[in-house]
Parts: sequence; structure tokens; C-alpha cells
Amino acid sequence: MHLAYPAVLAVLLFCVGLYGVLARRNAILVLMAVELMLNAVNINLVAFDVWLRDTLHAGQALTLFTIAIAAAEIGIGLAIVLLVHRNRGSSDIDRLRDLRESDSPSGGDSGGGSRAEKSPASATDNDAESGSDQQVQGPAAGRRHA
Amino acid sequence: MSTTTLAALVPVLPALGALTGLLLGRRAPGFVRPLAVLPTLAAAVLAVVVAARQGGGPALRAATELAPTGNDALPLQLALNLDGFAVLVAVLVGVVATCVQVYSTGYLRDDPRYASYAALVSLFTAAMFLVVYSDDLIVLLVGWEVMGICSYFLVGHYWETPAARAASLKAFLVTKLGDVPFLIGILALASEAGSFRISTVVTRLTSSLSGHELTHPTVIALLLLAGVAGKSALLPLHSWLPDAMAGPTPVSALIHAATMVAAGVYFVARLLPVFTASAAALVVLAVLAALTMTGSALAALAQDDIKRVLAYSTISQLAYMAAALAVADRGAAVFHLLVHGAFKALLFLAAGVVIHAAGTNSLTVMARTGGIARRVPDAYWTMTIALLALAAIPPFSGFFSKEAVLAAAEHAAFGDAHPPFAGAHAVPAGAGWIVLVAGLVTALLTAAYAARLWLLAFRGGPAVAPLAVTGEKAAEHVPEQVPQQAPETELATPGPVHRHAGHDEHRPAPAVMNLVLWTLALPSLALGIAFPVLPHWFDGASLTPTPATSVLATGVALVGGLLTYATWRHSSALAALHPEHDADPGVLLLGPLHRHAAAGFHLDALYRAVVVRPVQGAAGLVRFLDSAVVDTYVAAAGRAPRLLGAAVRRAQTGNVQTYLGALLTGSLALAVIAVVAMTGNGGA
Amino acid sequence: MNALAHSAATHAAADHHGFLSPSGVEIVFVLVGLVTLGAALATVTTKQLVHAALWLVVALGGVAVEYLLLTAEFIAWVQVLIYVGSVVVLILFGLMLTRAPIGRSPDADSGNRWAALAVSVAAAATLVTVVVDAFRATWIDLADPAGPGSGSSEVTGTALFRHWVLPFEALSVLLLAALVGAIVLSRRDGDRDLPPARTRAGER
Repeated sequence: MHLAYPAVLAVLLFCVGLYGVLARRNAILVLMAVELMLNAVNINLVAFDVWLRDTLHAGQALTLFTIAIAAAEIGIGLAIVLLVHRNRGSSDIDRLRDLRESDSPSGGDSGGGSRAEKSPASATDNDAESGSDQQVQGPAAGRRHA
Repeated sequence: MSTTTLAALVPVLPALGALTGLLLGRRAPGFVRPLAVLPTLAAAVLAVVVAARQGGGPALRAATELAPTGNDALPLQLALNLDGFAVLVAVLVGVVATCVQVYSTGYLRDDPRYASYAALVSLFTAAMFLVVYSDDLIVLLVGWEVMGICSYFLVGHYWETPAARAASLKAFLVTKLGDVPFLIGILALASEAGSFRISTVVTRLTSSLSGHELTHPTVIALLLLAGVAGKSALLPLHSWLPDAMAGPTPVSALIHAATMVAAGVYFVARLLPVFTASAAALVVLAVLAALTMTGSALAALAQDDIKRVLAYSTISQLAYMAAALAVADRGAAVFHLLVHGAFKALLFLAAGVVIHAAGTNSLTVMARTGGIARRVPDAYWTMTIALLALAAIPPFSGFFSKEAVLAAAEHAAFGDAHPPFAGAHAVPAGAGWIVLVAGLVTALLTAAYAARLWLLAFRGGPAVAPLAVTGEKAAEHVPEQVPQQAPETELATPGPVHRHAGHDEHRPAPAVMNLVLWTLALPSLALGIAFPVLPHWFDGASLTPTPATSVLATGVALVGGLLTYATWRHSSALAALHPEHDADPGVLLLGPLHRHAAAGFHLDALYRAVVVRPVQGAAGLVRFLDSAVVDTYVAAAGRAPRLLGAAVRRAQTGNVQTYLGALLTGSLALAVIAVVAMTGNGGA
Repeated sequence: MNALAHSAATHAAADHHGFLSPSGVEIVFVLVGLVTLGAALATVTTKQLVHAALWLVVALGGVAVEYLLLTAEFIAWVQVLIYVGSVVVLILFGLMLTRAPIGRSPDADSGNRWAALAVSVAAAATLVTVVVDAFRATWIDLADPAGPGSGSSEVTGTALFRHWVLPFEALSVLLLAALVGAIVLSRRDGDRDLPPARTRAGER
């Protein structure tokens, strides 16, 4: 088989994922696009492993590792997105702009503003998750209101 | 102790007194008076002892090397030179300074800043001793400059008043203006003559064996003359002296009689061979002296403030000394310096008592109130003696010294002057004539203003006119350019006294002050008799009055005095009839000239127009350039990074996708460049 | 793409014809690749978030088929198991937990879509040019001279547990860390003072 096929497929898949990472607003969609990019890399690894006839099967082993790492990454990533969503009431990454350069010279009050923003968002979050997440929600809400 | 050791102690004692006075003055007020008087008194006694031991013999010299200058032939030396001039001037300085210190203990007894005042007077005295005894030009310059800074502090003693602040600054700046060319002149002289030692310079110039001649005598002499003009208040740089009256009266006495202004004359006397080496310099000096003496005598005739009269008289008398130097007779100059020091100190100190008694500086007011002679008889009599000496009436000391000057001028004018030392050029006859004519005119004017001062201060009638006229009068007679000085005694003796100025509850002047006055009256009266002895101490030229000039000068002096008296009789009779007139004979005598003379011939206005305004304009221009041009670059250098920073800050949106997009674009561009480079290389 | 495929096909036709009808494998590969790419494009462009996850399933499944075509069968099954089986399920859970709207959401794409498009198209053009230029004349020999496929479970397992044991174990530690991290992140913060908080919550 011509090596250019998997290589070109990997490139195009990668660039589609790239577009997704750059253009999507929802953080979970961005994570999906990242998965696409990882898969593109995996295709490359497998294709070149087969092409080189590597006795160690380094490419395939690495692909397995990548898949495992991608699973871990998606777990951590989703946890982070959930946390952000719980704190902000939104998982749109173009609204997570606390690190932007504010016009006021002192950066102190922007942190305070985000903290002030936090509690109503979390309150709505609690309402939404009250059914599924009772055990966790109770103490956390109590702590927050205290 | 050897004479030189004693002489070295003379400047050291007042300096130590000043130091301890400054250190202890605040903590131990009880020590201030002894610390002020005793070192100066000791220095005066030592100066007398030194003078007695030196006895007019050959000059005693001692030197120790102070600092190398890089040129081994030109070391700085702490050198003493004790010749007749030095020891006698030192005696004068010591006596006058002691009198001033003793007088000040009474005059400024309630002044809160007496301690620093006394210390500065001591330092001033020490600096003058240094100038007098020093044989090294640079050490002399040190004393010279210390005097300048001391005069700045002392004239500004009443720094609460703006007039005193302005006067002290003016005194400092004007004398410094002369000191810059003076320093250059000293360096030029030392490099040409090959030594900083005055005695060496003089020996080299006067010795016929060495044949040493200055390359540029005129330039050096004129440069030195600028510094001398600044210190000794000769014409272009004299304007600080009348304003310096803002200082306390004893300071005026010290500056005018013994220290600061005498330094210039004394310096020229010491370095006279340098000046006689250039006929042009002598003529310039003669013209300056002639203009100064007549001009300031006219101005003295028009002043209303008693201290300003005395200040202008000082300028005039200093010009006499300068005139004596211009005809190359330093014996006459220093003789006049000594005599003038005695009677001018007396005049100022007596004027202080008079001001103290009258509660005002203004002669017009004194003439209206009258009765001052009755209240302060000691001051009255001593001041009369001093004024007679000033007017050069025969038995008094001023007559002999002034005659010495005029005789020297006569000799120069008729060409029969014998050079005081070998190698000197003949004194130009023109200089002699200028000095002679100006001296005679000034003798007339001096007698006139002395008589006017005496008549107005002591012979005025009781007040006839209401005081409102006085105010009007003062406003009419004192132009704006003349700084109006508050009667300083109100500051000097705060107390109930001068709240009720002009009434009978005056405190009598302290006894020490009267004692000082009579002490000084003695030399004013009799110092002139010393003329047969003094040539032995000086160069040997005779100081005996010549018949022609003495008759002429005494005659014009008598004419001046009598003319003033007649005018005063006339004007006071007029004043009795019409209250709007006053008894000042100067107005009638000077006629239309009075207004200009009262303003010091508008020299201050001229300086303001010629120097002050352009300098202020230039300063304004520089300030504009600094704020509008230079600061623009500085501000732009600050603003450009700020704008750049604002642009960069604008890029920090906080949107991660934007960052990532920019990052990828950049890496893509790099990748493309790398690929193109690779394929380009591969193709090549 | 078509032009590339065409040129590749002509190359294949010109040079290599033999084992296992390679052109057939290639045709299948290209077709599946097209499906995969289309699914991926749909994933990143669809306005419906759940649809995006479902399109991702298709794309990942297509990739699994490509692995099979490249004779890496173990990888393919792992891909199906882990990606399609767990990752997508996880993503669907995440979508639900963040209350992603069911149906079209007009703001699925952010403002810098066109910049993203330009960057990715440029990247694609550059990379495709480079890759095609580099591997124009390279062929994969899919025929296995030594019995079973080089990507079978046996071969892969042998390689993994003979040569890659240490990274494999390290990876297990990484997975454990990720697990712990995900749990820590998912917990509400400050659960240390859990009993008093609970009592306070009860009071409210």
C-alpha cells in the first residue's frame, strides 16, 4: 500500500482537529477535536510501524500508550471542564478570560471580581445537579453559604 | 616666642574663637561674649607686639610648604611676610575688630543670633589677618574668599527683611564677579613671575639685576584690578557697598573700616610693582578712582539714610587710596587706609549710637526731631571729631593722610615723582593730573557732605512739620531703586524702646559703646601726627604735606563746609516758613543733579537693564527650551513605550484560542520557511 | 485529494502489483478515509453538540477500520474498546453534566472561526505538500512473510510485555494518577470539613 494514503489521511485529520480546537466554543467540543488530532497521530504511528517492520513494534506500542494517555486526558479534561462549568456556569472557553490584560493597572480587583462572580454561578450549578449529586452538593453548598 | 610665631598666632586666635563660638554658642550662651571679645583682643595685642618688634625694619619672612602644585617651582606655601605695611594694617584690623566686638556686645546684646554673629565677625577678622600677613597669593585668596562669604552672612544678618537678603546676595555676587578675573590674574601672575610668593614676585620685578619683566603686565594688572574693584568698591563694582548697609552697623564699621574693602587697597599696595609695570593699568586705575571718588561723593551728598551717606563716603575715600596707588605712592595709600580705618569705624559706630537714639536711619527725620546731640553727647562729640577728620580739616588725622595722597598726585603730575622702587616705570603725568583734580573736587564735596551730615543729624530743630510730610518727603527723595531699609535698631534691640521712637524714654547707649567711641576718637584725632614716623615703616617716601596742595585742599574743604552751612541756614529758614520744604542743604546744593545722585546715578538701574534683564531673559529662554524642547524628548521616550505597551496589552485578550491560533500561525510560518530553505538548498 | 489519490493510484498501478491485491486495500482505505474525514469534519462543524459526539464515534470507528487495513488489528480493537466505548461515553456524560443544549446551538463556534479555518487550511496545505513530496515513492509491504499479521494480539502482546514492560507499568501509574486527579477535581472543594458542613446544610 502506498504510504502516502495513511500519511495524507493523518495530516487531514490532524488539520480538521486543529480547526476544531481553534474554532469551537464549547470546551467539550474542543476536547473532541483534540481526540481527533490524537487519532491522526496514531494513524501515523501505526502506518510507519507497519512500513518499517519494526521488530520491537515501537509504533504500535506507542499507539497503545497514546490511547491510554488520551483516555486519561479526556478524564482529567472533563473533570476540569465540569469544575469550570460548576464554578462559572459556562464551559465556553472564550469566556474564560480572567488572564486578559485589564484596563485598570492593578490586577487585584479582577481576581476579586471573578470570586464574586463565583457564588451565584455555583448556586445555579447546585440546583441543576441536586438530583444526581446529592451527597456532594449538600456539604459544599453549606460551606459556601457559610 | 619669635615674632613670626606671634604673627602666626594672630590669625589663628580669632579663627579658633569663631570655631568655638559656632560650636558652643547655642549650648553655653555665657561663653559667647568672652569667646567673641577675648581672642580678637588677644590678636590685636599680638599684632601690636608684632608691629613693635618688627619696628619698621626689613621684612621678616617665614614659610612652610603647604601643598605641591605639580610644578616644583610653584609650590603653595604658608608664608608670612611682616613688613611695615603688613604689621601696621594688622594693628588697624586688630584694633578696629576689637572695638567692633566690644561695641557689638552692647549693640546686639538682645539679638537672638548674637552667638553666630560674633563668631562670624571673628572669622571675618581672622580672614583679614590672613590676607594681611600672607605672603602666598593662594593663601591670600583663601582669606579673601572667606571674607566674601563672611560678608554675605553678616550683611544678611537680619535675613527676615527682604532688603537684607537682597543686599547680602548682591554683595556676594558682585564681589564674586570681581573674584573670577582676580583668580585668573593671580594664576597668570604666578605663572609669569614664577612664584606664588608676593615677596618673590616683587623682588623679581623690582630688582634691576634679574631684569625680569612680565610679558603681559597690563592684562595681569587689569585682571587683578577687577578683583580689587569688587572688594574695594571701585566704580563698576561698587554698588554692593551702599546696599550692604542692611547689615548691622558694627558689621558696616568692620567692612568699611578695617577688613573687606581695605583688603583690595592693601593687595594693590603689596603688588604695586605689578601695576606700575603697566602705565595703562595705572591710568585705568586713576580714571576709575577719580570717577568713583567724585561720583560717590556727590551721591553721598544726596543720601537720606545716614548709613548710606557713610557708605558712599567710604567708596569715595577708598577711591582716594586707589588714586594714591595710581600715582604709585603706596605709603600715602596705606597711610590713608590706616587713618580712614580709624575714623570711619568711629563714624559708623557713632552713627549706630545715633540711630539707636533717634530710632531712625533717616537724616530728614533726625533733622526734624532734633535734640540728638543732647541725648547722646559722646556720640555727638566723637562723631564731630570723625567728621572733621573726614573733611580733612588741618589738625585732624584725615588732613595729613589726604595731603599725602594729594602731594603724591602733585609729584606725579609735575613729573618729579621718584619711583618708590627700582625698575618701575615713571608714573604717567596724566594719571597724576586726573588724581589731583578729582582729589581737590572730592575734598570740596567731602567737606560738604560731612557738614551736611553733621548739621542735619545734630543741629536740626524740633519738629515743626507734621509727620505726614516726613513720609511724603521720604517718598519723594528716595527713588525706588534704592532699597528702603527698616531702621535696624528695632531689630537689634527688640523691646519697648523703639515702639515709642522719638520720645524721651530711650535707654542710654551702653557704656562699652561710648568707651569704644572715645577709644577710636583718639587715633582719629591724632594719628595724622605720625606722618614723620611712618615713612620709616613704608617705602621711605615722605608723607609730609606740601604747602601748595595743603593750602588748596584745606581751602576748598573750608569752602565746601561753609557753603553747606550757608545753604543749610537758608534752607532751614525756608523750612521753618514752609513745612513742605525741609532743611536738607543737599537738595539746594546739587540742584537738578540731586535726584540722580540720590539714586546712585542710576547705576543699579543700568545694571538691571544691562545685566539682570538679559540674564533673566536668557534664564527664561533656557527654561522654555528645557520644558518645551528637551522635556519633549524625555516625555516621548516615556510615552512611546507606554503606547507600545498599550498595544501589547490590547493583544492580551485572555482568549486561549486566539493565543493558540497565533502560536500555530507562527510555527506554520517557521515550518514553511524551513521547508522552502531545505528544498531551495536541495534544488541548488 | 482525488488528484493525489489518482496519482498514487497510477504510481501503484505502474510499479507494484502483486500480493493481496494492494489496489483493493488502497481503494478501501481511501473510501474509509473519506468517510472518516467527513465524520471528523461533521464533528467539528455541526451545530448540535450531541451530534458532534456521535459523528466522533463514526470518525473514531473509521480510524479503527484504517488500523485494521494497516494490519494492526489489536490496535483497532483497542481503539474501538477505549475510544468508541469509553471516551465517547465519557464525553457524552460530560455534555450532559454541563447541560449542553439538545438541538441546534447557534453559538457552537467562537468568533475566530475564519482565522481558525485559514490556519488549518494553510497547515493542511503545507503538511500535505511536504508529506506527499516525502513519501511519493514509498510503499508499505502489507504481506506478512512470517505467518500471522504483524499487528495481531500475540505479536503486540509479546512486544509489549517483552520490550515495553517498564513504560507500560509507568503508564499504569499515570492512569492511576489521572484517576485520582479526576476524582479530586470532581469533588467539591473543601470536603475536609465535611461533617460540620453537612450539619450546617441540614440546618438550612
